[in-house]
Amino acid sequence: MTSNPAIAANTRPWRDPDAKPFISIQHVTKRFGDFTAVNDVSLDIFRGELFCLLGGSGCGKSTLLRMLAGFETPTEGKILIDGVDLAGTPPDRRPTNMMFQSYALFPHMSVEKNVAYGLLREGKSKAEAMSHAAEMLKLVKLEKFARRKPHQLSGGQRQRVALARALAKQPKVLLLDEPLGALDKKLREETQFELIRIQETLGVTFIVVTHDQDEAMTLATRIGVMTEGVIEQVGEPREIYETPKSRFVADFIGSVNLFEGRVGPAAPDLMRVETEDLGPVVAPPVAGLTQGQTIWLAMRPERAWLTRERPAESVNCVPGVVQDMGYVGHMSSYMVKLANGRLVRVTQANEGRRDNPISWDEQVHVSFEPADFRVLTE
Amino acid sequence: MRRGWFLPIVATFGFCFLYAPIVSLVIFSFNESRLVTVWGGFSTRWYGELLADGQMLAAAWISLKVGVLAASIATVIGTLAAFVLTRFGKFRGKLLLTGMVTAPLVMPEVIIGLSLLLLFVAMELVLGWPAGRGLTTVVIAHATFTSAYVAVIAQSRLRDMDESLEEAARDLGAGPVRVFFDITLPVIAPALVSGWLLAFTLSLDDLVIASFVSGPGASTLPMVIFSKVRLGVSPDVNALATIIIVIVAVAVTIAGLLLMRQSKKTG
Repeated sequence: MTSNPAIAANTRPWRDPDAKPFISIQHVTKRFGDFTAVNDVSLDIFRGELFCLLGGSGCGKSTLLRMLAGFETPTEGKILIDGVDLAGTPPDRRPTNMMFQSYALFPHMSVEKNVAYGLLREGKSKAEAMSHAAEMLKLVKLEKFARRKPHQLSGGQRQRVALARALAKQPKVLLLDEPLGALDKKLREETQFELIRIQETLGVTFIVVTHDQDEAMTLATRIGVMTEGVIEQVGEPREIYETPKSRFVADFIGSVNLFEGRVGPAAPDLMRVETEDLGPVVAPPVAGLTQGQTIWLAMRPERAWLTRERPAESVNCVPGVVQDMGYVGHMSSYMVKLANGRLVRVTQANEGRRDNPISWDEQVHVSFEPADFRVLTE
Repeated sequence: MRRGWFLPIVATFGFCFLYAPIVSLVIFSFNESRLVTVWGGFSTRWYGELLADGQMLAAAWISLKVGVLAASIATVIGTLAAFVLTRFGKFRGKLLLTGMVTAPLVMPEVIIGLSLLLLFVAMELVLGWPAGRGLTTVVIAHATFTSAYVAVIAQSRLRDMDESLEEAARDLGAGPVRVFFDITLPVIAPALVSGWLLAFTLSLDDLVIASFVSGPGASTLPMVIFSKVRLGVSPDVNALATIIIVIVAVAVTIAGLLLMRQSKKTG
């Protein structure tokens, strides 16, 4: 099973220090005049990965993608795909294809001609290109719409045509710019799994740019979180969520409560932290911290639990009042006001029907395990 | 909702102001009487006389040739100018070129006509071409001033066009020239057709510039009409004017419809 290291290394090449990266971005910087869009980014992506570049607008993720496609030239650094330096290679000669955010379907061509366009440019015969286009349309379940024009399709169908067109040339790398951005929520969730299915069927390496953390978490084998032209952290979705490296990543992925504190006197197997909001608490030990150093404790809302009575065995526990609550079905979300006025977000899973759920204005205790704190220094 | 009386009255007044002269011209083109201002009953006599008028027909043929040639040249030049201005990013002298492309729109026709005449005379002296003034010089002059109109229309269409369409074609393996003919041109084609039609009607209309640069044997229709009218308005001119109005109206309507259809279908 996954405990077998050989298999684990196979499916997760980034864990193997000897694995050869398929795409290698080396110290790439892109400046537009005075503005630095991408700042000294180095990144290795492996064959068959579904890599997500995640970040807010203007963080440089799209610029990085456009440099891979060849629409922008790096100011410094180089990009290698399959060992070949792509500097000076125009977009039409690159082993990459791109799916555009606007889909960019050619409005004057039918769906099948859109899909066949790249194949015809490759020098394939018309019959060959058309039959391959028909296959691609089958893959995205649009074979019935081959003769329609793009403006006669719905948003979701257009998205699939764009995907089929970008995949038709069997690129080594498929670049997707906000592939699901224009779809409504329900369709987006269905399409996420569809994308994964297609990626696994074809085995093409995908690089997806998105601002939607849920999308990145669902799709990605690994995520690169970007801000201000820099990659803050690269890791598997679970890694990014459970062990964020900085306050930015912790805050950007999911919701989080951040508490500022100072490292207390050393103790074996645990670390005492003096915080203003929670008082003295116990956190997991982190090597290399000195007493009195300022740190931040990140705590996910679903890791805390709420009780009316103070639990006997809990190590970290603070009293508070429920100021606000929201019922979302599978869970409830609470805002608990602590004694000093600080609000803490806590979510509780709604398992089974509880007769007497905690509600507004109740006196409660918020408890958390030491291991549920993530200690951040950046 | 009550609209009140003000708007309908203003609208009626406006329409009368614009179209009463044209309507009266169309009505009087069917006048039996030789006197332009006296109604003598309905007749298509002047249309018949017009068709028998060799000078008039020759001028109409020249105008048609000039219009088609000038509009075609203007469409090519205007499209290229628009493409350079919208797609080449920033370059030295871009602002100057932008200004100069649109200058003929506001330049008085007399000045355009005069300057072109001087240019043609100088060119003939230095290069020996164009030999004398005639059809060629009128075509060049009309292509020059109408290409500004085409450039403006093509420019706005190119600016509206999603540039990722062109990038997508590049990405799928087409070179820049291929992209222009495969993607850009078909997408902006309706705008170019309406630009061509506009250039054609402008050329058909023009009297001032043609009078400057035309020579013997190359009198355009407006020139012939104008010289006739100076000797007094004859009813067959009314008939001719009516025909021109119909042609222009049809061309402008098609141009408008094409532009409207395209703005609905965003590409």
